[in-house]
Amino acid sequence: MEHIVHIHDVSKAFVTERGLSVAAVDRANLEIRRGEFVCLVGPSGCGKSTLLRIIAGLEQADAGRATYNGQLLARPHRDVGMVFQEYSVLPWRTVLDNVCLGLEFLGEKRAARLERAEHYLGLVGMTRFAEAFPYELSGGMRQRVAIARALATDPQVLLMDEPFGALDAHTRILMQKELLRIWRETGKTVILVTHSVDEALYLAGRIAVMTARPGKVREIIDVPLEHPRDRSDPLYAKMTARILDILEEEVVTAGEF
Amino acid sequence: MLNLPNRALALATVLAFLVFWSWAASAIGNSVILPTVGEVAKLLFRPGDDLLSMGSLFANIGVSLLRVLLGYCVAVLIAIPLGIAMGYCSIAHAMFGDFLNIFRPIPPLAWVPLVMAWFGIASLADLFGVDRGQWFIYLNNFKYSMIFIIFIGAFYPVLTSSIHGVRNVNRVFIDTARVLGASQADIFRKILLPAALPSMVNGMRIGLGVAWMCLVSAEMLPGSISGVGYLITHAYTMASTDIVVAGMAGIGLTGALMDWLFRRVERRCFSWQRLAR
Repeated sequence: MEHIVHIHDVSKAFVTERGLSVAAVDRANLEIRRGEFVCLVGPSGCGKSTLLRIIAGLEQADAGRATYNGQLLARPHRDVGMVFQEYSVLPWRTVLDNVCLGLEFLGEKRAARLERAEHYLGLVGMTRFAEAFPYELSGGMRQRVAIARALATDPQVLLMDEPFGALDAHTRILMQKELLRIWRETGKTVILVTHSVDEALYLAGRIAVMTARPGKVREIIDVPLEHPRDRSDPLYAKMTARILDILEEEVVTAGEF
Repeated sequence: MLNLPNRALALATVLAFLVFWSWAASAIGNSVILPTVGEVAKLLFRPGDDLLSMGSLFANIGVSLLRVLLGYCVAVLIAIPLGIAMGYCSIAHAMFGDFLNIFRPIPPLAWVPLVMAWFGIASLADLFGVDRGQWFIYLNNFKYSMIFIIFIGAFYPVLTSSIHGVRNVNRVFIDTARVLGASQADIFRKILLPAALPSMVNGMRIGLGVAWMCLVSAEMLPGSISGVGYLITHAYTMASTDIVVAGMAGIGLTGALMDWLFRRVERRCFSWQRLAR
């Protein structure tokens, strides 16, 4: 299958308030195929979010390159959308106007905007709440709106930075099922960062396990299970245990435990 | 919103205050030291009557209100763009931040001597080149000096809250817009401004309150022959304490009314802010 996103030897360091340089990502390599669902897991602070922000064009790599279809991702790219962990839905706009946001930036006509936005609100099951304001919505609903907004500009790649991290366990499982349905219906390429091994195993076709900081991709694990996945499947449990072992080893050897 | 029992409590506090005042006034028995509630109420309920041939309470509050609005508008027009620039651009903040902080602690009243030296009794009449007739009388009411004092009072609250509003915009909103392909102008217009607006309006409300409080000191300046601040100081020299108290009550009620109007606008327009809490 053709590769759509290449991450080649990407490194990134941050300067702390004390003036110290801390490496967040160190020579990370990853290739993403068109239409696949990849999860990035790793110990906290391993730079997985940083890597995602580099692909989004929100941060610049210090060394190495991230490309989409051969184009350098030095700034946000039209074909790369993103959903954030925190509530990023604009509180002063209605649900419908939030989904229209990216289309406004692209200079779409109002009628076309509304049509597209309504389509994507339907896709995430939020049509009834088009005129609602974010404060009237639950956390899960707000993330549905954020997903609809990211999809409305029709990007090929959808980046998700712990999109369900702020949700309770039950809502989280429901949202995972919803996301799989949306992924199947739209055929997008999804790169999702999570610290939950279970979430990665439930969703991803491939899981990239990262090392402790400074993060690099330690291992890529194929998940040979069909969707919808059964959490009680012995292989599911075995793979969970294996990934947890890797993460534990990373945390312990990094001395961050 | 206040519910019925809370409204009753609010009213009870006011009534208790009036009862205490009545008791104190009758105990003192000297209306130059403390006029009775009735004497002051009589003036307040007939705000159109001429007082000490200085015009009515109503007309004087009107002149004061125009003065405050004039100084206030100048302050808002300068403070909001400056605040946005300082909140958004670190160069602007570096340029003006410390400089303006040196002037901030100076009370508006401390500016009076300097302001008098600069402007004397020059007024809008000079600006428009009118030196006689009805228009001169109107325009001459608006001295530069008064407008400047009111400007100083209103300027800082509006500036500070504009800076604060722009600086505290959630970073994730800006990141969201950038990923969606927003230009700098888009981010400014569709993210920064709407996100900072509640803070700015809150600063405008506080600024109006401070401007209104600077009024009496502004209207005590030489050349002042009208306004509720002038009414109070003049009534004091005539030992008409009832007019002094009525003027104070007029200032208080007008200020409270303006604040209430602002709060209504804030509640109406910024109900979405509940999310941010």
